[in-house]
Amino acid sequence: MNKKIITSAHGGGGTATKEIIDIVREYLGNPVLDQLGDSALLNLGSTEIAFTTDSYVIDPIVFPGGDIGKIAVCGTVNDIAMEGAKPLYMSLSLILEEGLEFELLERVIASVSSAARKADVLVVTGDTKVVEHGRAGGGLFINTAAVGRRYEGCNTSVSNAAPGDLVVVTGTIGDHGVTIINEREELDLESDLQSDVAPLNTLVDELLTSVPGIKSLRDPTRGGLAAALCDIAGASKAGIEIEEDKIKVKREVKAACDLLGFDPLNIANEGKAVIVCSEDSAQKVLEICSDNEFGRESVLIGRVVSEHPETVVLRTRMGGKRIVDMPRGENLPRIC
Amino acid sequence: MTVDKLVESISNKSDRIGRTVNLMEVCGTHTMAAFRSGIRTRLPEQVRLLSGPGCPVCVTSDNYIDHAIELAMTENTIITTFGDMMRVPGSRGSLSLAKARGKDIRVIYSPQQALVAARKNPGREVIFLGVGFETTTPLVAWTIQNAYSRKMPNYSVLCAHKTIMPAMRALCDSDDVRVDGFLCPGHVSVITGAEIYKPLCREYHAPCVIAGFEPEDILLSIDMLLNQIISGEASVEIQYTRSVTAAGNKLAQKCVNDVFKPCDASWRGMGVIPSSGLSVRSSYKEYDAELKFPRIRVSEVKRDTGCRCGDVLRAVITPSECGLFKKECTPDNPIGPCMVSSEGTCAAYYRYSRIDE
Repeated sequence: MNKKIITSAHGGGGTATKEIIDIVREYLGNPVLDQLGDSALLNLGSTEIAFTTDSYVIDPIVFPGGDIGKIAVCGTVNDIAMEGAKPLYMSLSLILEEGLEFELLERVIASVSSAARKADVLVVTGDTKVVEHGRAGGGLFINTAAVGRRYEGCNTSVSNAAPGDLVVVTGTIGDHGVTIINEREELDLESDLQSDVAPLNTLVDELLTSVPGIKSLRDPTRGGLAAALCDIAGASKAGIEIEEDKIKVKREVKAACDLLGFDPLNIANEGKAVIVCSEDSAQKVLEICSDNEFGRESVLIGRVVSEHPETVVLRTRMGGKRIVDMPRGENLPRIC
Repeated sequence: MTVDKLVESISNKSDRIGRTVNLMEVCGTHTMAAFRSGIRTRLPEQVRLLSGPGCPVCVTSDNYIDHAIELAMTENTIITTFGDMMRVPGSRGSLSLAKARGKDIRVIYSPQQALVAARKNPGREVIFLGVGFETTTPLVAWTIQNAYSRKMPNYSVLCAHKTIMPAMRALCDSDDVRVDGFLCPGHVSVITGAEIYKPLCREYHAPCVIAGFEPEDILLSIDMLLNQIISGEASVEIQYTRSVTAAGNKLAQKCVNDVFKPCDASWRGMGVIPSSGLSVRSSYKEYDAELKFPRIRVSEVKRDTGCRCGDVLRAVITPSECGLFKKECTPDNPIGPCMVSSEGTCAAYYRYSRIDE
């Protein structure tokens, strides 16, 4: 009865998820896996390949701004892009539940097609399984994997940030997470809020082929901006200082977070990147981002510092300071 | 007034007072807001913010959690609860663990969703965990009235609602708690109105300011409390005028009085406080989960964990003075509820504590 078991907190992408990763590393650890990047980096002769896989169990399957098909392509493409690689080929595995309507399946596959075209990747292999009714929550789970070719001479590891570097975020934060909560829980928040789910590889392509000073890239998905910055600070053994009044949060996202007791910094995004770059390249980064459809609202939010290594500190609107901690478990709504 | 001017004003007033001033944020939301916005790092050292008993999850007893888990184990039940309650450890684990073991426990965002669940599951009993202060009580009372008028047979509430005033009074009566003024809870006061704090001013000479939740609200409220302390006055002032009135929300009060009646309640760390709880009136007894499932009785289990949440809730110690803090007790392995709740004092100290500490 008292054996330790998996709870929903282990799916939150924060410290509880790390407990699972620790077991995997204990048994399967190797120099490639131990890098713990968004993708594995593989040396195949003269070519460096990025390889990643991800599963999508999102509820609801269709939401404002996207659906499980779009997110299954974008999430995986972005994992390849964040490692400084150009996504080329993808796999698509479908786990379907008895009772799923063909119309919904077709809608999702059409969405996969549209997103893959936008990201310029080919779906080249796949698999289909059907499970008994009740075994796949909303009726459809998707697993995708992808490979991509790394840009020559590029290294965008989260361990590269150094004091003096600047931190850019490519737009508003928390849009995806709040959209999903609003839909799933039928909160009836009156808003036009949409998920930001988007493929970021064209933006990364422009950045990596035009700016030499890109140090680290990370997409702030589960665990939000806080988790991405904590990852970078931890891996780079540097401090990061960010400015609250620079971080863009939509009014609806802020209102929902206030209501539910969530911190926008911890809310998931599916179409944003955190870019750490050298000070002299920051202007160019911002120019390229603001010319790209997925980076128009990019903004400089802070810098890497030598103080408080491995810790992210927020300078608040009030002129105070506080620690930005790695999120723990899932976001749970408070009582009042 | 700008933030810098407010900080300067507070600093000047603190100098005039010339001693340490302890101000209690009664409400957990104020505690979190003060940490999140970095207010604490801008206050002079002599102005100390102490956290009070106003986090509903934190003051809920082990016994209640055990009772909820027993109900979850009962055949054909669905437990509905706000998210904060999920990870609070009882003597035999948490609701989160019970859910992972297959019990039907659902996190909801408003009590209305519990009623919807009851309507969608006519063959099953939907039990809502009624925890919280005056802020949430009216909505829960409304669900009971609604279930009654629709003659819904499969909805009930496991009631542990509490009222804040008796706890504030108990703090004032306590020998080891020293508070120079109260930042009174904004959301609670929207319902209760400002008048309820008058006895505290009169009987204990305790300055009270009802504060909003924006950082500027809290700073201005602190400044207002310091004014009262300097002038030797003790009155109830409303800073949160955009939402709080003297009399409060009469409709909500009426709804609560119709469904609930005062009862003695057990508070974690404070023991039983007379007339500080609410129980379901006999006219609605079929919606009282305790009466509906009389066979489920949970005996009080005394756990000797070394947890000092009780002292934290009374502001006798700060979290860092507890021997378990940041050692055995962390947000990943909370020993006590103050480390669990998003509004818990220990969680706030752990997550946002001063970077120079």
